[in-house]
Amino acid sequence: MGKPKVAFYWCASCGGCEEAVVDLAEGILEVVGAVDIVLWPVALDFKLKDVHALPDGAIAASFINGSVRTSEQKEWVELLRRKSGLVVAFGSCAHIGGVPGLANLYDRAGIFERAYDLVPTADNPGRVHPQTSTKVAEGELRLPEFFNTVRTLDQVIPVDYYLPGCAPPPDLILNAVQAILAGTLPPKGSVLAPAKALCDTCPLKESKPEKMAIKEFKRIATSAPDPAVCYLAQGYVCLGPATRSGCGERCIKANMPCRGCFGPTPEATDLGAKALGALASMVDTKDPDEAARIMAMLPDPAGALYMYALPSSLLQRKKMEAAHG
Amino acid sequence: MAKRITIDPVTRLEGHGKIEIFLDDAGNVANAYLQIPELRGFEKFAEGRLVEDMPRITPKICGVCPTAHHMASGKTVDAVYHVDPPPAAKKIRELINSAFAVEDHTLHFYFLGGPDFVVGPEAPAAERNILGVIGKVGVEAATRVIGIRRRLRAIITALGGRVIHPVCNVPGGVSKGVTKEMREEFIAAAEDAVEFAKFTLGVFGKIVLANKSYVDLVVGDIYLHRTYYMGLVDAQNRLNLYDGMIRVVTPSGKEFAKFPPSEYVEHIAEHVEPWSYIKFPYLKKVGWKGFTDGETSGVYRVAPLARLNAAEGMATPAAQEEYERMYATLGGKPAHNTLAYHWARLVELLYAAERLRELARDEEILDPHIRTLPTATPTEGVGVVEAPRGTLYHHYKTDERGVVTEANLIVATVNNSAAISMSIARAARKLITNGEVRDGLLNMVEMAFRAYDPCFACATHAAGQTPLIVTVRDARGAPLRVLRRD
Amino acid sequence: MSQDFEPVIVGFLCNWCSYTGADLAGTSRSRYPPNLRIIRVMCSGRVEPAFVLKALREGADGVLVAGCHPGDCHYQEGNYKTMRRMALLGPLLDQFGIERARVRLEWISASEAGRFVEVVKEMTSRIKALGPLRLGHAQDAEPIAEKLAPA
Ligand code: SF4
Ligand code: SF4
Ligand code: SF4
Ligand code: FES
Repeated sequence: MGKPKVAFYWCASCGGCEEAVVDLAEGILEVVGAVDIVLWPVALDFKLKDVHALPDGAIAASFINGSVRTSEQKEWVELLRRKSGLVVAFGSCAHIGGVPGLANLYDRAGIFERAYDLVPTADNPGRVHPQTSTKVAEGELRLPEFFNTVRTLDQVIPVDYYLPGCAPPPDLILNAVQAILAGTLPPKGSVLAPAKALCDTCPLKESKPEKMAIKEFKRIATSAPDPAVCYLAQGYVCLGPATRSGCGERCIKANMPCRGCFGPTPEATDLGAKALGALASMVDTKDPDEAARIMAMLPDPAGALYMYALPSSLLQRKKMEAAHG
Repeated sequence: MAKRITIDPVTRLEGHGKIEIFLDDAGNVANAYLQIPELRGFEKFAEGRLVEDMPRITPKICGVCPTAHHMASGKTVDAVYHVDPPPAAKKIRELINSAFAVEDHTLHFYFLGGPDFVVGPEAPAAERNILGVIGKVGVEAATRVIGIRRRLRAIITALGGRVIHPVCNVPGGVSKGVTKEMREEFIAAAEDAVEFAKFTLGVFGKIVLANKSYVDLVVGDIYLHRTYYMGLVDAQNRLNLYDGMIRVVTPSGKEFAKFPPSEYVEHIAEHVEPWSYIKFPYLKKVGWKGFTDGETSGVYRVAPLARLNAAEGMATPAAQEEYERMYATLGGKPAHNTLAYHWARLVELLYAAERLRELARDEEILDPHIRTLPTATPTEGVGVVEAPRGTLYHHYKTDERGVVTEANLIVATVNNSAAISMSIARAARKLITNGEVRDGLLNMVEMAFRAYDPCFACATHAAGQTPLIVTVRDARGAPLRVLRRD
Repeated sequence: MSQDFEPVIVGFLCNWCSYTGADLAGTSRSRYPPNLRIIRVMCSGRVEPAFVLKALREGADGVLVAGCHPGDCHYQEGNYKTMRRMALLGPLLDQFGIERARVRLEWISASEAGRFVEVVKEMTSRIKALGPLRLGHAQDAEPIAEKLAPA
């Protein structure tokens, strides 16, 4: 019996999830010693053909971070799915789409136009855009295709477990690895973090009244919250009521409200919709015009409600005009 | 048909960076391309966001240098709201940024780029890694590396909430102040960091500078590019990582431009190629002349060596000494050899540690007044810091509600994209002749870009510390050799 | 194609008022378009924002939420709660490119069969004019075969 094989892979990722593993690595040497890492682009040598050569299912667990944005990433995760017993979606981007998932409010044409034509430093009179294939004097150069839509990992391949967070905190990563090694995993499909809402573990929860009533939403830009009082009660958007706990209340401890990187609580299918309900219930008015005026103090509801979770939301992306016509 | 050697990725599936080298009929290098196969579109989806969310959004560009993005973004939102943070807030930000610079440069020297030197360029690839470094510098030193990184990352966590993607910067200041107890620890950590930086320079001196073949490599011409250099400087033209004016010097070291961040559009333009998702910035007033160096080409470089070249000295005493020693050894300023980036990085390591100590010792960081609340209507702003990998530009425009209408980002590694491509091509040209791939090629190519510590994550606003895979193929496409950079 | 497009409209109707109103419209044989798929709820306040989004995701071209007139809610505040949710849902839907006319909140009492018919008629014709919603799942959003960039 060899040691269980483990793979780490990244898709459209910032590398922060990789750093999270590196940060942890020294602390889990005995765990690392108990597994055989067959793929880890950031830290170890690997070859694609080595992964191809493995029998299907030979990798005990693959930890995949980042969302799926290009054809190359899609092919990689499909390969890893075939080769792996378990696939763990690692971090917010793989789990719920992550901050770069906000790009689903736009499409490829808009993204290219902004990046290559419209930014004030662009020098691109010919409106040159990257191509999947380019003929240069010496031959052909190829690039993977850039999709219109950012997808979560489970929108591309079946996923067995989820490790939430941007990036996931060390204790949860360690627990997950130990549970895999010990065979003590919860049912498939589970998110490997506590089920409670962040509000239930928040150090400010005592100051959160049972019933909140606000006449205005405040913005961090132009007012200074009292760091000792629940942000929501003060009128700042905080996604604590809809967000799963387990992060260690990291943002709250830096005197900033939660933006939901841990994804929805188990009973909330859609983080933003749940948070929308929580925000609307606090607004203290019976007059539709006043309600509209108060809501207008949140000029970017999509960003406020779905900063991390847009691709995993019920709507998933902005309506495409042409693609489905 | 003439024999042709192509260097391409192991397969189209693999990796986030790839190199294509084409040979001519005689088997000499006709051209080399560095391709970045990804993009995430931050400039686009910034549109419609609240500008105060940008310091929380933009760090996700890169989990390797999230702190730098958080700082640039914080300075940009200040500018958008026309607000000047109180002194304590500025110092807290710079303190976080300094702690980050020390831990990131440390990571590069010991884990990423340093192994080439510490273990040696000719050592077998299997030893050119952190384990090889430990073998060379000793376990005790390795423990010290891990310890100091942990301590510095704890400073960022204490103030920023999260070390990967801190959240403390808000328009006009920071969300969290420094307590007396925190300061005690910061001072102790900073003192440790200064000693550690000196120790690291000592390691470099003993292992690299004492070895003639390494020194020859550093001062030799394989990696030499005569380019323009860019970096932030303070009022006395000394290097600064957090604030100041942007100074550009010519390949002969003369001041070419000095401008405040808000004027960057006058000075920088970006060229686009259809074969990469990355853009190629150049100096607008010189012009894009293709992938070539010299006074007439607008290609410029950023990051440690460029910053030292663009400055006239260091603002802290021990770093100044090291700076002088470095240029004396390299034979004056500017230094054009790409491998000197490693040395310059260590001079900066010492500067950042000394600066961290100054800031931690400064009583003013205890001042509870850490925020100036914005009152003006938000409009437009530019914020610049020096990230470990180079000058980082953020630029946002908003409507009167503070909703972003346009954003532009020129991130550290992107500034160097043309130069990195050139360095790879140059190394390839030097090493491939008559269709023969010399053994040293792969490591030499690897060293060419490793010196820049490139982060294609940032570059494409895309992926992280990006592995780069190169396959050398013969004319029939059969793989001869595989190279990768972690 | 929009000529014979028959929109699907999901109607969340409060049991105490609009549902009864719809019932009355049915028994009194008032004719209203067959496009409405009625879901009875105990109070408009029970219509979570996620229900509305789910209906759109599952193929509805429009969603009608109807409850008791202000002051008449059997649970006191349910309809106000819904009103406030809708006040934020509208701007959110704008950002997703979903026209506001597709999601509508109305107060219709048990006796207002005629009004109910009017609302459904009007909504149906407006959505007909807008055309199908066709959200399309991300899972289906396979790459378009065209080249990466428009010329
Ligand atoms: S979840 Fe966060 S840390 Fe991980 S890849 Fe995404 S943005 Fe980076
Ligand atoms: S709403 Fe936010 S601040 Fe208030 S208790 Fe919940 S998590 Fe804490
Ligand atoms: S407070 Fe919220 S946004 Fe911050 S780390 Fe925790 S779950 Fe993520
Ligand atoms: S009971 Fe009809 S809306 Fe509440």
